[in-house]
Amino acid sequence: MVPSFVLLAAVVFYPFAYNVVLAFANMNLNKIQDWQIIGLRQFVKIFAEPTQPDFYAVFGKTVVWTLANVFFHVVIGVFLALLLNQAIRGRSMYRALLILPWAIPQYIVALTWRGMFNYEYGSINLIITKYLGLPAVEWLRSPLEAFLACILTNVWLGFPFMMVVALGVLQSIPQELYEAADIDGASWWHKLRTITLPLIRPVMIPAVTLGTIWTFNNVNIVWLVSNGGEPSDNTHILVSFVYKAAFNFYSFSYAAALSLVIFFLLLVLSMVFVRQSRATEAAY
Amino acid sequence: MAIHSTRARLIQRTATHAVLIVFALIAVFPIWQVVNISLRPGDQLLSTSLEFIPAQAAASNYIRLFTERDFLRWMGNSSLVSAAVTVTGVIFASMAGYGFSRFRFFGRRIGLLSLLTTQMFPATMLLLPMYIMLIKLGLINTYLGIVIVYSATALPFCIWTMKGYYDTIPVSLEEAARIDGCTQFKAFYKIILPLAAPALVITALFSFMTAWSEYLVAAQILQDTTLWTLPVGLKSFESSMSTEWGLYGAASIVVMIPVVVLFLMLSRYLVSGLTLGSVKG
Repeated sequence: MVPSFVLLAAVVFYPFAYNVVLAFANMNLNKIQDWQIIGLRQFVKIFAEPTQPDFYAVFGKTVVWTLANVFFHVVIGVFLALLLNQAIRGRSMYRALLILPWAIPQYIVALTWRGMFNYEYGSINLIITKYLGLPAVEWLRSPLEAFLACILTNVWLGFPFMMVVALGVLQSIPQELYEAADIDGASWWHKLRTITLPLIRPVMIPAVTLGTIWTFNNVNIVWLVSNGGEPSDNTHILVSFVYKAAFNFYSFSYAAALSLVIFFLLLVLSMVFVRQSRATEAAY
Repeated sequence: MAIHSTRARLIQRTATHAVLIVFALIAVFPIWQVVNISLRPGDQLLSTSLEFIPAQAAASNYIRLFTERDFLRWMGNSSLVSAAVTVTGVIFASMAGYGFSRFRFFGRRIGLLSLLTTQMFPATMLLLPMYIMLIKLGLINTYLGIVIVYSATALPFCIWTMKGYYDTIPVSLEEAARIDGCTQFKAFYKIILPLAAPALVITALFSFMTAWSEYLVAAQILQDTTLWTLPVGLKSFESSMSTEWGLYGAASIVVMIPVVVLFLMLSRYLVSGLTLGSVKG
């Protein structure tokens, strides 16, 4: 057991501490040996100095990215779970097909969707022009559309997780509750609001917390779909921006400081969620 | 009345199927795209048709992938790295998880909390310091370097899963074994470990998937083309000038099939393991 703790300390705690130190220093690729502690300079640079792209703009995009993705993941996921939770023919086949997006390695998802968003040959534009008769969209070359492309890709790959979690809880709700409601003449909508949603809430909240953290931190999709923030660094979320700062610009300390900022944002966010779920537990 | 409700039910059932079919099509569409591209002969890659199966379907991309490219080498590299990460993950997570589940020691609570907190680390938070450490240790461009980074990423989640599972196994089992003269360690690996097989499966799967489908870390650490793993290799088909879609498609299918099959077989396990891990504090 001791070796695992030593390993854990070496590969998790030590890098974390090192990251904190770096955040207050001035290391970059040229100063890998002779770096110094320079205090809060990197944080001042993040919050107060104009950078390209701007921190607040990227932060705003990250919030939109996270909210949009988690919202659609949960809505689509729960909706499909409700449909699958009935006695219908071909249920397990539907279930298997709908889980597929979760099963595929994310980098393949991202690269494939990037191909599908190609202006001339991508299937999305082919469908838009051939079947819908609309003009083709410059998916990857204009900032707004490229960002939308990233969101579409991530919505596609993320809904199965929520669906599977929701399906798990739905199956554990005793049927008698619905039978009792039927006797009282409750409508479908009424049953959904007063039985189903309150009962799946306690499990969905931790799932949403996890989903929010994963989405917020998902550098893969944004990086690979937009090819490193193209066009001209307009499609970054915070993590892809840090990745670029660290591994394309080699501003190590700046990236470390930004990582720390992201970490604290997420820490506060999840504490809010945890409090929320405690409140739910108390209520039921 | 009776007729009315039968008809309403029929409409409802048809609508359910219609919606499910639409979503299933959306879920399958990109995958079918990859299959389709991989089967197109070389001169039709930039086709604007949306046929279900391309007109002159051919296996030429698959043949080229194995004969003209280093695909087999990437596959070997990926298998080696993934196997190393899986073994490391299973060994260390099964022991550390046991420690967290069974022993009360100084720093246990802090340790458990920080395991959870690591899930909030942005990818760069561990990656960047490790990258600098690897530069200093001369481990850039080595498998050892990348195995260390992957294990570090996968371990916290694996330990948490294992700990959650051990918590559900009664301590009395080990106590009985101890009375019969087993040492604590023997009780652990003879009695508890076999019982924890489902959690071990999740740990192994998760470690394997981490290593098998990771691009961003590999792109930084493995700069030498002979060391490339599958994701870095696949990405190289897609360059800004001309993308070799046919090869990319074929490679994706070959990489995807084992993972998807494994995933579908174990998906039930995965969710129960996840909820177990998150609900059990």
